[in-house]
Amino acid sequence: MYRYIVKRILFLIPTILGVAFIIYFVLNLTPGNPGRSILGANASQEAVDQLNEELGYNDPLLVKYVNYMKKLVLEGDFGTSYFTKQPVMNEVLPRFWVTLQLSIIGIIISTLVGVPLGMLTAVKQYSAWDYIPSILAFLLAAIPSFVLGMVLLLVFSLKLNLLPSYGLDTWDAYIMPSLCMAIPITAFNVRFTKSSMLESIRADYIDTARAKGATERTVIWKHALKNALLPVITNIGLNMGGLIMGAVVSERLFSVPGIGALIVDRINYKDEPVIIAGTIVISITFTIIMLIVDIIYAYVDPRIKAKYTRIKG
Amino acid sequence: MNEQNILEIKDLSVIYKTDLETVKAVNGINIAIKKKSTFGLVGETGAGKTTTARSIIRLLPKVGHVTGGSIEFEGQNLLDLPEDEMRTYRGNKIAMVFQDPMTSLNPVMSVGDQIAETIKIHNPHLSKEDVEKRVEDTLAMVGILPSRKIDYPHQFSGGMKQRVIIAIALACEPDLLIADEPTTALDVTIQAQVLMMIKDLRDRLGTSMLMITHDLGIVAKICDDVGVMYAGEIVESGTVQDIFEGKNHHPYTEGLFGSIPDLKATAKRPQAIPGLMPDPTNLPEGCVFVERCKYAMDICRKEHPQLSVSGTHKLCCHLFDENGNRKEANHG
Repeated sequence: MYRYIVKRILFLIPTILGVAFIIYFVLNLTPGNPGRSILGANASQEAVDQLNEELGYNDPLLVKYVNYMKKLVLEGDFGTSYFTKQPVMNEVLPRFWVTLQLSIIGIIISTLVGVPLGMLTAVKQYSAWDYIPSILAFLLAAIPSFVLGMVLLLVFSLKLNLLPSYGLDTWDAYIMPSLCMAIPITAFNVRFTKSSMLESIRADYIDTARAKGATERTVIWKHALKNALLPVITNIGLNMGGLIMGAVVSERLFSVPGIGALIVDRINYKDEPVIIAGTIVISITFTIIMLIVDIIYAYVDPRIKAKYTRIKG
Repeated sequence: MNEQNILEIKDLSVIYKTDLETVKAVNGINIAIKKKSTFGLVGETGAGKTTTARSIIRLLPKVGHVTGGSIEFEGQNLLDLPEDEMRTYRGNKIAMVFQDPMTSLNPVMSVGDQIAETIKIHNPHLSKEDVEKRVEDTLAMVGILPSRKIDYPHQFSGGMKQRVIIAIALACEPDLLIADEPTTALDVTIQAQVLMMIKDLRDRLGTSMLMITHDLGIVAKICDDVGVMYAGEIVESGTVQDIFEGKNHHPYTEGLFGSIPDLKATAKRPQAIPGLMPDPTNLPEGCVFVERCKYAMDICRKEHPQLSVSGTHKLCCHLFDENGNRKEANHG
């Protein structure tokens, strides 16, 4: 198991190298340059060229990439923002922290609401306890989150004037952005948990358990649930990754200074160091989350645990 | 109810009812299992064997309903019991072994825990040590090292899994063991091992048994009585001697025997019974076997045959009169 964890963490190195290269490559394909964006449309071409040269923007793609990675590996330096001239981590980390908070709140809501509801719909299949949550989940999963966010804003800020419409200055400001992130995932969780639970309720080992004389409660909670949760755990891990990366919609709508909004803003300025550092932080988080999911998985499922312990090096 | 019998099924009918159709799975069958004997229920897939077994232990799927008849176990009609009383029978007095060992064990529980569960449910006052002791004894009984109780199902082979399932079923020493094709999913050498073990344990524990199978070889080896099931009816029943040595048979039973490859016969292909079972949502008015029967007569299409009884041998066919003698005049 420990070897497996170490192996997975070492796998971060090629991941980071790859992510950085892809970002450089894609940015290289898009038009625009930081000099023009920073100085504005009225600046002279010479000034723009000079600034680009100073920033090192004009170097060939591979040179930029190798220089960046060298600095990152040797000095742990993620670079300096073209736009603010600040070390990028000073900008990225606080913004990332905001997104991480929102995502964690979102994942807690979507798990605590979605998973039990999904189980309920499966256990009470073909009753009102099934139909109402299922139809609701179906509808909510179909609404894009920017529409949902605007509806929330309209109702709770504009009409009812209950919640602040921007920023994260007070605790109640967290409610709408995290809800906006959580609701579609909650709906998806309901549907996913339901199908997983239905599958395990119909499994043969459930019959075996009933034939032992076990009560229906034992059958559901002890035998069906644990098996049904295995795919749900993976799904929650993926959700968490999706939330961090997809937070930009919610961040933009509610003017929250998160990392998604930061990266999207800086794409306009072609602020390569910020974009790359932000993406690297997100990829590291994603890898760590998936690793945690795998460890939980191994803890729940003896078959997976056996597989990991068999892997050598 | 006859004192000698542990289980009597009388006139049992079971349907599966969905919005679209009603499947008549079991239609008025009668089975009596004598104490400490084994009753073999034979028939092809879809004949209603498993439905019968599940009705006894009352674990039919939600769409399944018993529409008539009674299932008396030691004088108690199981169909009248409330669910929580029925639970005290399951796994305790009546146990069931399911068909597929690969999927019948919970993959995330150790086999020891799965055996212990049955013991704990029916002996709530047993101490932890006593439960563990019984788990180990039960594992040893089915030929598995007791030290393997901490292992999980994926660490066992198919045959070993079926042994674990049998251990679960026998953990509380039930009076009646229902074995639903316990060896079908195993390969042939393992089949023989598991079958001999079941036979052995049955004799040692004095368990009565309902053995569901489509393998006549298994019936010959371990059953005392046999019922041949077709389209939800028992078309012929009797002792093993009646079925294997008697000369009068239901045409379906004849067909079943004809479909076994014979090692001694010279290069003749086994004879399959032509055709398929009738649609259980729309059973024929007369004999259920008429469409596939080579002796089919006019009366077979119109009238359901009456039971012919001679001693322990019963069959249900227009070829025979009520005393089990062949009606010579009618066919040809």
